Amino acid sequence: MTNAFKYLLVGALALTLPASAVSAQTKVGLLLPKSGNYAALGEEIDAGFVMALEEAGLADQFTIIREDTEVKPPVGVAKIRKLVLQDEVDVVVGIVSSGVLGAVRDFVDGSKVPLIVANAGNDHATGSACSKYIVRVSFSNGQINRPMGPWMFEQGIRKVYTLAPDYAAGRQMIDTFTKSFSAAGGEIVGSEFTPFGKTQDFGPYLTNAKSANPDAIFVFYAGGEAISFVKQYDSFGLKADIPLFGSGFLTSPLYVNAEGPAAVGVKTALHYVPTLDTPENKTFVGAYQAKFDRPPSEYTVQGYDSGRVLIEAVKSGASDRESIASALPKVKYTGPRGPLEINPATNNVVQNIYIYETVADGDALTQKVIATVENVKDPVNGCVMQ
Amino acid sequence: MSGTEFWATQFLNGLQLSMLLFLLSVGLTIIFGLMHFVNLAHGALYMLGAYIGVSIAMWTDNYWAAFFGAPIGVTIIGIALYTGVIKRMRKEGPMSQVLVTFGLIFVIVDLVRIVWGSIALGIPTPEILQGQVSIFGISYPAYRMFIIALGLAVMAGLSLMLARTSYGAMLRASVENGEMASAMGIDVEKLLFSVFCVGCALAGLAGVVAAPVFSATPAMATDILIPTLIVVVIGGLGSLTGAIVGSLIVGFIQTFGAVLLPSFSSILVYILLAGTLIIRPEGLVPARK
Repeated sequence: MTNAFKYLLVGALALTLPASAVSAQTKVGLLLPKSGNYAALGEEIDAGFVMALEEAGLADQFTIIREDTEVKPPVGVAKIRKLVLQDEVDVVVGIVSSGVLGAVRDFVDGSKVPLIVANAGNDHATGSACSKYIVRVSFSNGQINRPMGPWMFEQGIRKVYTLAPDYAAGRQMIDTFTKSFSAAGGEIVGSEFTPFGKTQDFGPYLTNAKSANPDAIFVFYAGGEAISFVKQYDSFGLKADIPLFGSGFLTSPLYVNAEGPAAVGVKTALHYVPTLDTPENKTFVGAYQAKFDRPPSEYTVQGYDSGRVLIEAVKSGASDRESIASALPKVKYTGPRGPLEINPATNNVVQNIYIYETVADGDALTQKVIATVENVKDPVNGCVMQ
Repeated sequence: MSGTEFWATQFLNGLQLSMLLFLLSVGLTIIFGLMHFVNLAHGALYMLGAYIGVSIAMWTDNYWAAFFGAPIGVTIIGIALYTGVIKRMRKEGPMSQVLVTFGLIFVIVDLVRIVWGSIALGIPTPEILQGQVSIFGISYPAYRMFIIALGLAVMAGLSLMLARTSYGAMLRASVENGEMASAMGIDVEKLLFSVFCVGCALAGLAGVVAAPVFSATPAMATDILIPTLIVVVIGGLGSLTGAIVGSLIVGFIQTFGAVLLPSFSSILVYILLAGTLIIRPEGLVPARK
């Protein structure tokens, strides 16, 4: 009898608890790649997002519904429709690929659901195609590469050869660098775009780059392509004569150890490195390492800050789609990557860009910050907020 | 960098890529030629070769242990696939074979992600092959030279085996006319099984050899499949010479396409593929006339 009573009580509690909590709940659709080439990035962003909720002690106030974009634009559109129309989420977080972001942009804008972009760097998303419902806390392709032009010129580099994969992000990153480096007085002596996702052997391109005789090479590669590129750059003996620069995804802490000694000495720019010496970052790195036993990456921080801006918006009283969307651009705080705010003119993040060198630390590789460019803000780029 | 040096280096780049493609496509093509079986999971075996190699290199701290261990490991997995799935599918039509082996790719890729994670892994280049070697005044990465030498050695070994050994003679007989070979007392099934194992070992070898140059990622399984299939189609299904010719053509077209016509380099190979299918649909050097 007592047992039956206990079960009844537990059953009743189980029924009433979620029901009473639902009213205060914020429903979040986490739209990330769980399969395909970007699965590792999706996992990092997811982990960072959950860390932000746990750190604030608010994990039980947010219901997370996860969907896999498979890094395919049509799948992304189908999944965001499902999240918005069927699950009726209050906010969508995620999007790794610029292609998926471009595909879901009009649906997000039309259905007036706030979207916090946690990676995709397409300049247009916070430029000519901006929307007051799309807030980006990660980076824009231009933002990361613009400071490298004048900085490299200051280092005495005059002639640069550029390489990047042939797709939107590759072209935007190189274009921005080319403009800022030329404006500083430098010269681009050669440039090539390699077939995206199909190039594993960079030998022919490296031989071309070498024969152009530049002072330095500037590249953007990420993931598997970055590993192949850095290793092959070293094996062709270019490292001794022609130093390698790039956007910091080239030597991301997520996979720099797979590049090994070849990555030592490579200098790149990024919006976050795990070795930043600030109390906010140390707390963050400590919490992440306790969980995963390796340093966090820029992707983890992007996930973390996606969660953090959402928490700040909700704390300021936002509760539904419209109020979250209007509260997000007002969020401002100092986090692991330093001071962070959203520029209301574009809804893109304003943040420091760190120029760092990959250095050996015993057997492992780590990041040494050699310059900090503070509060880098994108130009409006034709964005009209309405 | 002088003109000759530039073109010689690019020539070696082309040769190096051809050899890597050869190691991969030869396994696929001989399995197809002898067993009439389309094994799309071949790319997944290549990926497993790289991952098993990474693990062995990490445990033993020795690349050469991985170099020999990975092909053995992949062969064992191949045998499990053969007895579990492929043997049952032998009598099915090509469509079911393609569907089943294509499905296997996804299963194996997800298993790899569960075991090794989604983050790319790397193996350091073995110490003895680090740096550059100088040949006729041209310096070229030592490890890439090693890939070229290995490819040529495998090519020579397989040609000799097919042309000069009794095992090779039995194989050729089984390809020409399986029933007759069987009537002559050749255990065709056993022979085919051994060929399947050799194909798996070569895929594993290609994976572990590629790992220090590229990296081990779950995307390898599908990324490599299309170039390999192009090599097989251009060369001619089921023939060793076809695999050699096909890999040289694809390797050089990709390399010199990247040098001379960078904006077209990715479609050149497809143009060649379409051309081959229109003019010589059986491939340049088919196994059977």
